[in-house]
Amino acid sequence: MTSATLTPGAALGSQRVSENVRYYEDAVRLFVIAAVFWGVVGFLAGVFIALQLAFPALNLGLEWTSFGRLRPVHTSAVIFAFGGNVLFATSLYSVQRTSRQFLFGGEGLAKFVFWNYNIFIVLAALSYVLGYTQGKEYAEPEWILDLYLTVIWVLYAIQFIGTVMTRKESHIYVANWFFMAFILTVAILHIGNNVNVPVSLTGMKSYPFVSGVQSAMVQWWYGHNAVGFFLTAGFLGIMYYFVPKRAERPVYSYRLSIVHFWTLIFLYIWAGPHHLHYTALPDWAQTLGMTFSVMLWMPSWGGMINGIMTLSGAWDKLRTDPVLRFLVTSVAFYGMSTFEGPLMSVKPVNALSHYTDWTIGHVHSGALGWVAFISFGAIYYLVPVLWKRSQLYSLRLVSYHFWTATIGIVLYITAMWVSGIMQGLMWRAYDNLGFLQYSFVETVAAMHPFYVIRALGGVLFLAGALIMVYNLWRTAKGDVRIEKPYASAPHKAAVGAA
Amino acid sequence: MAEEKKGFSHDTIERNTLLLIVLILITVSIGGLVQIVPLFTIESTIEKVDGVRPYSPLELAGQNIYYREGCYNCHSQQIRPFRDEVERYGHYSLAAESMYDHPFQWGSKRTGPDLARVGGKYSNDWQVAHLADPRAVVPESIMPGYAWMKDRPLKYTDIQDHMKTLRIVGVPYTDEQIASAKADLEAQKNPDADTAGLMKRYPKAVVANFTGNKGVTEMDALVAYLQVLGTMVDFTKYQSPKQLQQ
Repeated sequence: MTSATLTPGAALGSQRVSENVRYYEDAVRLFVIAAVFWGVVGFLAGVFIALQLAFPALNLGLEWTSFGRLRPVHTSAVIFAFGGNVLFATSLYSVQRTSRQFLFGGEGLAKFVFWNYNIFIVLAALSYVLGYTQGKEYAEPEWILDLYLTVIWVLYAIQFIGTVMTRKESHIYVANWFFMAFILTVAILHIGNNVNVPVSLTGMKSYPFVSGVQSAMVQWWYGHNAVGFFLTAGFLGIMYYFVPKRAERPVYSYRLSIVHFWTLIFLYIWAGPHHLHYTALPDWAQTLGMTFSVMLWMPSWGGMINGIMTLSGAWDKLRTDPVLRFLVTSVAFYGMSTFEGPLMSVKPVNALSHYTDWTIGHVHSGALGWVAFISFGAIYYLVPVLWKRSQLYSLRLVSYHFWTATIGIVLYITAMWVSGIMQGLMWRAYDNLGFLQYSFVETVAAMHPFYVIRALGGVLFLAGALIMVYNLWRTAKGDVRIEKPYASAPHKAAVGAA
Repeated sequence: MAEEKKGFSHDTIERNTLLLIVLILITVSIGGLVQIVPLFTIESTIEKVDGVRPYSPLELAGQNIYYREGCYNCHSQQIRPFRDEVERYGHYSLAAESMYDHPFQWGSKRTGPDLARVGGKYSNDWQVAHLADPRAVVPESIMPGYAWMKDRPLKYTDIQDHMKTLRIVGVPYTDEQIASAKADLEAQKNPDADTAGLMKRYPKAVVANFTGNKGVTEMDALVAYLQVLGTMVDFTKYQSPKQLQQ
């Protein structure tokens, strides 16, 4: 009965019914442009700070260009600017189609959210460079910017949930469950982690109510679930809409969707303390964090299976459709990093991995492989639709982008595995006489070659993104590249297989 | 799953937006509540130790520079109870030692070494020289240089507002401490000043003309903060030599 909502028939049906209806897409187009722009900015910032670690002279001796001030610019640009604009674009695009309803609040509200969110991003980045920060990772913006973001987020929530509430479909599609969990939980996390008292109403500086151990727990409850709900639940919403659409296949399992959704959002919230193993956080909290992190492996892989198996009967498209290749590879990377995560949350493993580059490598296998790849797939899907073009400028260029970026990721994460594990082992190495074998700075020096390789990986990832920018630019212009077509066009193949 | 039972079906949730919202809110609230609320109610969360005190005005100004420059991106302030860490950095960190840090600065990455007990490990001169040009002191270092900080006058006209705000969020600054904040801040940078009051209010504060400059600079404040890190608790009081051997 309810499976009707998950079959392609229903989804395609809603498309057909509304074939002549024009959904609100101006704001979605703006969000896509911003996502691509911020993606390039964020990757560039990442390459620059990676090079700073390899060649510290690049800190330039200026207060505004030190690693300490630029690293939040990189993390905010890729997570909140690139990832955020992708989430706005995809959620506001798909919710109209899965609800067969125009955006609640109209195009005006969507554009208002667009401009204010992106102004927020610019102000936040400027504030970090000028030295205004709360001193908490991924929650750097000071109190006044936090308030600004809260208002924007509430408006976005009203627009999205309002559209779902006024839907013409009887059921709420699974992608929208994930988008709603993402929107609601991010609101709770953002407010919960930013309860501050400003020093003066005319100044930027504020102090949070919580301190020390409680501050640590609240911060990683926020920090881990920024990953869990911003970078996972939100992007799973993208997976549940765009993978079936592109593959022209129904979601593999309706029941798995239900189990995936509820177990994922229930378990994720508990995992924060794995960032605080062996610290002054009480042991009971660390043990809870570890236990739930290990359990989290199950729903994560349930979701991965549901995404990848959606290709059942359409596997050949991986050969002929590089856009689908991006989408499916992202889900495979999701499976890989959600296996690595529980592994690293086990306390004895964490004893080695924590404070090292292994963590950085893990984050980037998820951020580059999962979040960015599914974003690229969704953007390649959206641009021809939004700009009313029959096809992308070039599928071959999509494939070049795919391979350039994939090689970049492999260089990045393998370099970080080696340097992270090596550094962890060097810190704890003892010589025959029972003394620590290495001074700290010897371990820093040993990282240098891997920092160079990592930066090279980042350069390749950035180069891939620039190929995408060119391809999308030409697509928007309406050009079509003369090139060797893939063996069979994806859409024809789908019809044939069905 | 539930769809085959007569009483309840997931179908109901999929048709009712408000029900879905309420169930999501309940589901995502449980874990956070269970992990966060007890940290405020269980008394043993922060062990009681002597010596931990609020930061002196100059140290507080230094901590704010530490936040501002994002030092936490590369330095932790949390020593784990492992043999190698205790040998390298000192006694493992206690919860009480960061109880006046709003917010905590435990960090998540050691691109550079842990700083939880860096206080007193190096001389003031070493700290100033290293911050200004790390590679002049440690050739393999990849830390940014902060030479500009040496001559930048510290802005501390609002230091009392900072302390009053911290009192609102729970740091027990006394009226006396707030009233004498500016004098204390200047005295900590001046070895010739009468520091009896300062040392009574902030035991173990390091008094020195850190940079050798005339006025109080940002570098003075930062080094004063670094030099007090991890020095407040006297661990010999809690562990007899015999206990230490075990």
